[in-house]
Amino acid sequence: MTTLVYLIPAALFLGALGLSGFLWALRSGQYEDLHGAAERILIDRDDKPER
Amino acid sequence: MSCCAPGAEMALDVAGAASVLPSSQEIKLASRSLGGDLYQTDLSVPAVHCAACIRAIETALGKLDRVEGARVNLSTKRVSVRWRGDEVPPFVATLGRLGYDAHLFEPEAYGKDKTLSELIRAVAVAGFAAGNIMLLSVSVWSGAAGATRDLFHWVSALIAIPALAFAGGIFFRSAWNALRHGRMNMDVPIAVGVSLAYAMSLYETINHGDHAYFDASVSLLFFLLIGRTLDHVMRERARTAVKGLSQLAARGAMVLRGDGAHDYLPVGEIEPGMQLLIAAGERIPVDGKIIRGSSDLDCSLVSGESTPRTVASGEAVQAGILNLTGPLTVQATAAAKDSFLEEMVRLMEAAEGGRAHYRRIADRVSALYAPVVHLAAFVTFAGWMAATGDWHRAMTIAIAVLIITCPCALGLAVPIVQVVAARRLFESGIMVKDGSAMERLAAIDTAVFDKTGTLTLGQPHLVNAPSIKPAMLAIAADMAAHSRHPFSRAIAGFAGFAGQPKLESVSEHPGFGIEATAAGSTWRLGRRGWAGWRARTGGEGKHGYGGTVLTKDGIIVASFVFEDALRADARAAIVQLNDARVSMEMLSGDTAAACADVAKALGIDRFVPVLVPSGKVECIEALARAGHKVLMVGDGLNDTPALSAAHVSIAPATAADIGRNAADFVFLRESLLAVPLALDVSRKAGRLIRQNIAIAIVYNTIAVPIAILGHVTPLIAAIAMSASSLLVIGNALRLQGFVLAEVTGAPSATRAGIRASVQPS
Repeated sequence: MTTLVYLIPAALFLGALGLSGFLWALRSGQYEDLHGAAERILIDRDDKPER
Repeated sequence: MSCCAPGAEMALDVAGAASVLPSSQEIKLASRSLGGDLYQTDLSVPAVHCAACIRAIETALGKLDRVEGARVNLSTKRVSVRWRGDEVPPFVATLGRLGYDAHLFEPEAYGKDKTLSELIRAVAVAGFAAGNIMLLSVSVWSGAAGATRDLFHWVSALIAIPALAFAGGIFFRSAWNALRHGRMNMDVPIAVGVSLAYAMSLYETINHGDHAYFDASVSLLFFLLIGRTLDHVMRERARTAVKGLSQLAARGAMVLRGDGAHDYLPVGEIEPGMQLLIAAGERIPVDGKIIRGSSDLDCSLVSGESTPRTVASGEAVQAGILNLTGPLTVQATAAAKDSFLEEMVRLMEAAEGGRAHYRRIADRVSALYAPVVHLAAFVTFAGWMAATGDWHRAMTIAIAVLIITCPCALGLAVPIVQVVAARRLFESGIMVKDGSAMERLAAIDTAVFDKTGTLTLGQPHLVNAPSIKPAMLAIAADMAAHSRHPFSRAIAGFAGFAGQPKLESVSEHPGFGIEATAAGSTWRLGRRGWAGWRARTGGEGKHGYGGTVLTKDGIIVASFVFEDALRADARAAIVQLNDARVSMEMLSGDTAAACADVAKALGIDRFVPVLVPSGKVECIEALARAGHKVLMVGDGLNDTPALSAAHVSIAPATAADIGRNAADFVFLRESLLAVPLALDVSRKAGRLIRQNIAIAIVYNTIAVPIAILGHVTPLIAAIAMSASSLLVIGNALRLQGFVLAEVTGAPSATRAGIRASVQPS
C-alpha cells in the first residue's frame, strides 16, 4: 500500500510527460509533413538545424 | 535538373510552361504579408515526390535574391516561399527551369486544419486517460479490495475528469447543439451515457462501492474519437488534394488604361468597358468582345467543343476560354459577377438540391438507435424499480444498459470502412470527397457521361502519322514545338528523327500556323489555304480536303489528320459498367456527328448532342424523376451544374476548377477504368458497412438482455465493448483483401508505369 503512494504518481507523471511531449510535437507542426520528413533524412546538409 | 523531374519531353514543356507563368502581379495578389516587407507565397507543385526534388527546389529557390527561405511540404505537394521587397523574385520561372510546374494557390486554402489537431489532441488525452484507468481497473478486477480499491477508484476519477472535459467536450457540444435544435444524433446517447456513468461511478466511489465505470466511460470516448478522427482525415485529405491541383480560372488580368498605362487588376475589380490584354496562354477572365488581334481559342472548357476556334476582332468570348496562339485585346462586356463562369456557379448552386437531402447511413441508423437505447435504459430502470424498489440497484443496471449499448462499434464501423475504401481508391489515383459520396455511388443505376474531356481526352491526336514520311514528320515536329496550339502539341510528340535540316527563324501567325526557314526553303505548318500558297488548294489532290498541312516553298509535302482520341480504357470501362448493371447515356455540347462516332466506338446506345449547360441539368433531373439514381461523369465548366445536379459525380483531374469542386470523386490518371473501380469499391464498402451495422446490432441483442437482467459488471462491459470494436475493425480491413484481388491488368500496369518514371536516372 505504501509503495502505491509514490508508484502511482510516478506512473501518472511519466505518462503525462509522454502526453505533453506528443502535444508539443503536434503543436510545433511535426506531423504536418510526415512523408517529407521521411525523405528529408536522405538529404545531405550542414550539421546545423534549420531555422 | 533533378533526378526525377519529368524526362524527355521536358524541353517542350518548359517552353510551354514559360508562356503560362503567372505574372508577378498575379503572384503578389496571391501572397500574404508576414509583416514588414516580408511576404509568403504558397505554390502547388504536383511533380514533387522525393528527397532529391526537395533538395533541388529548396536550394535553387534559397539562392535567389531576396528569398529568405523555401520549404517543401511533400505530403501536400506545396512549396512555401518567404521573400522580401516589392519585386517578386522569379521563383516560378526557376521552378520551371528545374522541371516543375508550379501553380498559385487559392488564398482560402491557407491555414492549418484546426479541427484535425483538436481531434488528435482529444484522441491523445482520451488514450492516455483510458490506458491509465484501465491499468488501475485491472488491479481492481483481479481482486483489490477495501482501501486499495477505493484509492484506485479515486485516482481513476481524477484522471477521468480532464479526459471528459477535454475529449468529451467534442461530443457534449455536438449533442447540446442537436438537442437545442430539437434533433437527435449519435452524440446524444454518447454524452448521456458517458456523463451518467461518470456520475454513478463517483457516487459508488464515495460510498465505497465494488464497481465503478470510469474505464468504460473513458475508453468509449477513446474508441469513438478514433472513428471520428479517421472520418475527418479522409474528407480533409481529399479536399486539400483537389484544391492543390492546377487552377484554371483567371485570377486577374492586365488592364489597358486610357493613358496607355498597364495595370494588373483582380477579376473582381474588372468592370464592363475596360480593355484587357490577354497574352497567348492566358485565360480570359470575364466575358468580352475582341477589339484587336487574332488568335486560336481553346473553348473546350466552356462549350465542350474540342477543336480550337479561330477568332478575329469583333467576336465575343466567354470567361474561362484559353487563348492559344496570339495576343488579344478584349473589351470587357460584363463584370466578373455577370460572366459565364458565375452563371455556372449559380446554376450549380440551384442544382445542388438533389444531393442535399441525402442522409448518411450512420445518421439514419443513429436516428433510430438513440431513442431505442434511451427507452431500453428507462424501461430497465422502471422495471427494476417496480420489482425491487431499490433505486440504487435500478439505476446501476440502467446505466449498465446505457453503456453496453453505446454505439462504439457503430461509431467506428462506418468511418473505418470508408477510410479503408478511400485509401484503396487513393492508391489507384481516385480521390473521394467524403464518405457519403461512396454511399451514394453504391446506389446508382444510371451513368451519364460527358463526351469531350471525359470519354475522350479533349486533345487532338495525330491519326495518320504512319503514312507521313519520317523526315517530313520530324520537320513538322520541330516547328510545332514552338507553338501551344493543340494540333502543334500533337505533332510535336513525334519529334526524334535526326536527319532534318535545322530551323532558322520560326514565327507563329495566329489563326494560320507556323512559318520557318530551313536550308534555304520556307516551310509552313498550318491551314491548307495559307500554307500551300502555290498549290491549288480547292481541296483536290492526293492529300485530301482541308485540314492542316506542311508545305515547302508553298508546295504541300504532308497533311495531317487529327482526331480527339478516346480516353484510355474507355471501352473497357463501359463494358465493366454494363456488367455492373448500370445503364449508360452520353450528354454533350458537341455536334451530333461527333457524338455518334464516339457513341458507336464505345457501344453507348443513347446520347443527346448539342446541349447547353442547363439542358444537361434538365436531362439529369428527368432521369431522377423517373426514379433513377444518376452518376454524372464530366469535366468541363459546362458540366459543372450537371455534376451538382446528379446523385453523385466523378470528374477527371483535368477538369475545370469548379468542376472538380462540384464532383464527389476526382480521378488523377488517364484511364476511365477509375469509374467502374470506384463503383466497385463503393459497393463493397457499402456491403461491409451494412455488415458492420448488423454486427453491432447482433452484439446489442446479445449484450442488452444480459445487462437488463443485471449481470453486467464493469469487467464484462469492457470486454464486450472492445470485442465488438475489434470485430468491426477486422471486418473493415477485409476490404483491402477484396479489392487487391480484383485489381489486375490496366491499373497495375499504370502503377508500374508511374513507378518506372519515378526511378532516379
